[in-house]
Amino acid sequence: MASSYELTHEREYHVIRSAAALFDVSPLYKYRVSGRDAAHLLDLVVPRNVVKAEIGQVLYTPWCDHAGKVIDDGTVAHLGEDTFRMTSAEPNLRWLGDNAAGMQVEITEVSDSIAALSLQGPMAWAILESLGAPQLKYFRLAPARIHDIPVEISRTGYTGDLGFEIWMKSADALPVWDALIEAGRAYGIMPAGMLALDIARIEAGLMLIDVDYVPARKALITSQLSSPFELDLGWTVNLTKERFIGRAALAEEKARGPQWQFVGIELDWNSLERLYAEVGLATRLPSAAWRMSVPLYAGGEQVGYATSGGWSPLLKKYLALAHLRAPWFAQGTPLEMEITVEHRRKRAAAAVVKKPFFDPPRKKA
Amino acid sequence: MKTYDVIIAGGGHNGLACAAYLARAGRKVLVLERRERVGGAAMSEEVFPGFRFSVFSYVVSLLRPEIIRELELARHGLQILPLESTLTPLLDGPMSGSYLAQWSDHDQNRRELARHSPRDAEAYDEFGLLLHRMARAVKPLLSTAPPDPASRDPRQLLDLLSLGRYFRGLPERDLHALWKLLTMSAADYLDEWFDSEALKGTKSASGIIGTLLGPRSPGTAYVLLHHYMGELDGVFRAWGFARGGNGSVSAAIAAAAQAHGAEIRTQAPVSKILLAGERAVGVVLEGGEELRAPVIVSGADPRRTFLGLVGEAHLPDEFVGAIKRYKFRGASAKVNLALGELPRFTCMPQPGPHLRGAVSISPSVDYLERAYDDAKYGEISRRPYMDIVMPSMLDPSMAPPGKHVMSIFVQYAPYHLNGGWNDARREQLGDTVIDTLAQYAPNLKGAILHRQVITPADIERIVGLAEGNIFQGELTLQQMFFLRPAPAWSRYRTPVHGLFQCGSGTHPGGGVMGASGRNAAMAILGARA
Repeated sequence: MASSYELTHEREYHVIRSAAALFDVSPLYKYRVSGRDAAHLLDLVVPRNVVKAEIGQVLYTPWCDHAGKVIDDGTVAHLGEDTFRMTSAEPNLRWLGDNAAGMQVEITEVSDSIAALSLQGPMAWAILESLGAPQLKYFRLAPARIHDIPVEISRTGYTGDLGFEIWMKSADALPVWDALIEAGRAYGIMPAGMLALDIARIEAGLMLIDVDYVPARKALITSQLSSPFELDLGWTVNLTKERFIGRAALAEEKARGPQWQFVGIELDWNSLERLYAEVGLATRLPSAAWRMSVPLYAGGEQVGYATSGGWSPLLKKYLALAHLRAPWFAQGTPLEMEITVEHRRKRAAAAVVKKPFFDPPRKKA
Repeated sequence: MKTYDVIIAGGGHNGLACAAYLARAGRKVLVLERRERVGGAAMSEEVFPGFRFSVFSYVVSLLRPEIIRELELARHGLQILPLESTLTPLLDGPMSGSYLAQWSDHDQNRRELARHSPRDAEAYDEFGLLLHRMARAVKPLLSTAPPDPASRDPRQLLDLLSLGRYFRGLPERDLHALWKLLTMSAADYLDEWFDSEALKGTKSASGIIGTLLGPRSPGTAYVLLHHYMGELDGVFRAWGFARGGNGSVSAAIAAAAQAHGAEIRTQAPVSKILLAGERAVGVVLEGGEELRAPVIVSGADPRRTFLGLVGEAHLPDEFVGAIKRYKFRGASAKVNLALGELPRFTCMPQPGPHLRGAVSISPSVDYLERAYDDAKYGEISRRPYMDIVMPSMLDPSMAPPGKHVMSIFVQYAPYHLNGGWNDARREQLGDTVIDTLAQYAPNLKGAILHRQVITPADIERIVGLAEGNIFQGELTLQQMFFLRPAPAWSRYRTPVHGLFQCGSGTHPGGGVMGASGRNAAMAILGARA
């Protein structure tokens, strides 16, 4: 995915929240899972209930290894009778295949043959409507045609805003991109890249693999592993299901309560301003989102770490996504976050706040 | 007469490393090297005018990072350039005419592997991660003298205890994986992970290097791990090329040793270790000169050290038996070519980054196993495994401008060849190698300006490695760890008081590691005088 299409990402970021941004999200891994046991295979692999998903429904879900530690996260779309598409950030063909032993199911890697474009922002629907797309509820998908090219449109995205993803054969992706840009011109559409998306996804409180968590397959030591409960994804774990990978470990963890939690952090402006004022500077804010581990303290002791953060030009707040140890993950807990001011490490006041930081009604309306 | 604290017989890279550490600790050290230059099998030479070769060993990876750090080898001139890719050209099979390339860029590599098998492309990452954990698990073993589980020596018991604790602290899954790696064949182990024949062939090649075993022989999975333990700039399994050839490694270590005050004498072949009772007290050079020191270290292989320099008569029978049973069985040869132009591989004919990496003739496990079949019965492989690098692509000073040097590591060429090695057999080996490679790069024959063919017999004759084994003895489990080179004598000491050993024939074994030299120095410095 491109970092940005312009020299800086600023305009690209602002159109996500004011007009519409078009992203090429084709680098996602995509698998077509079909056959009599397709639903059962996916139901076994992910903790959400796939069997109950209606045709046209899309589920966001993490999935775990047998120890209940998160391997990856992505979506499962119920495309049609016994047909699903799974998207992921990491390759999962082998994982799906190994778990399909004895099942009547066909797993096809369509990462290269299916392209995906993501149209996000308050004007996204107006653009699609002008192209004759059908109305869609949040996390639903339907077949459509754009300039007579067959596509599937899902009301999904990674910005926490009104937005859609358009799925089509790779060969059709360029004409569809052109059609969207052309139709979107009247609505202020712009192509956008990862730098803009990174700020938007932090505002939306959405975690990023390899940045906010280490997938279980890449963990070198056990302390790098995370469960869905520790990533604030407890809502995806459906323990009423009789069987799915990691169930026993997750049931046990739920009973015990997670020791870590993935939360939103907001820095206190006055505290930040004071740290800069002490050295005679005006407050400096990051222009792009950062991705690194930053210590968080409570009462002088390190109680967690932020993994990504930055300034939200929309909310006018300094935000971060962070992992905190019990009991410091409770909302409202006062903390301190390390911040480097003029080459010196300082601590700015911060607090645990509700995420998503930004959650407009238009997202689901 | 000048006196020394320590005399080291053999100026290979391990002997030099041992000398450097001892000199650094204030000992008066003398290194005696038989040849006109130091380095042993880690040496560079201008074999043909304008063309420099790493005549024997040719890549760096296993050189211990602590040695680079502690001896300040970068300051003493060592510069390592990364070898970034491996190209396996393919003639037959489902991908005939194509190739398998392994690149250092993760995504480029994944796409290339997926062309062969999407499953393998995924498994590759997990496999790499597992071997990374295994290499990390074994790493502490490399930098210490291995404790003997049968020993009652309190110090060894303590070492054993801490090692036991360390292994108990490893996750269960890693212990299970380690056990499998120690016991399985490379081919069986790789079958558990991969489908692609070209990938399995190329990976299993790491399991047979320097060993008269095939990829389907049990124990070869460990040799594979051994080659994964290399570490460059904190990355396991990274291979590189020393600027100026592998002689630069030895030269840097020698410079470090000299900077610390060690004395190095070349063309000073040791013929005998002088004994007084059960103690080593000095050495005798071939010219008859006697040199004395309370501590003698031999960097020669175990056979030469004990059966040659010390002599059977001065050693316990049991020990002599163990040394006689210690297996060498050299299986590797080298062909060094001076080229007027770059080879054009049919599968990737344009010059490109693939020529800056390794080219591996290892299309399948079957190919390697058949190559072994020939060697098992005393013949040169009709279609040998080859690991090819062109150092002049990375370091232009190795060849005249626009011309190139090619280093071809060849297996199998058994030391115990039917009828023995002679000039005709050497040329036959050279022809076999070039005919085989020309199938993949047809312009090769026309590009050759000079060729040097080195058989295991030549390695033995020139460098002194018994039976031409590049590891001073096979890296098989029955002669590894606390059994290398002999039970009860794996900790760099010997049955002769005052005589120590280092070199690939001692723990942790072969490759340009330097670990045994460093470990031996530590053993000497820790020993009571």
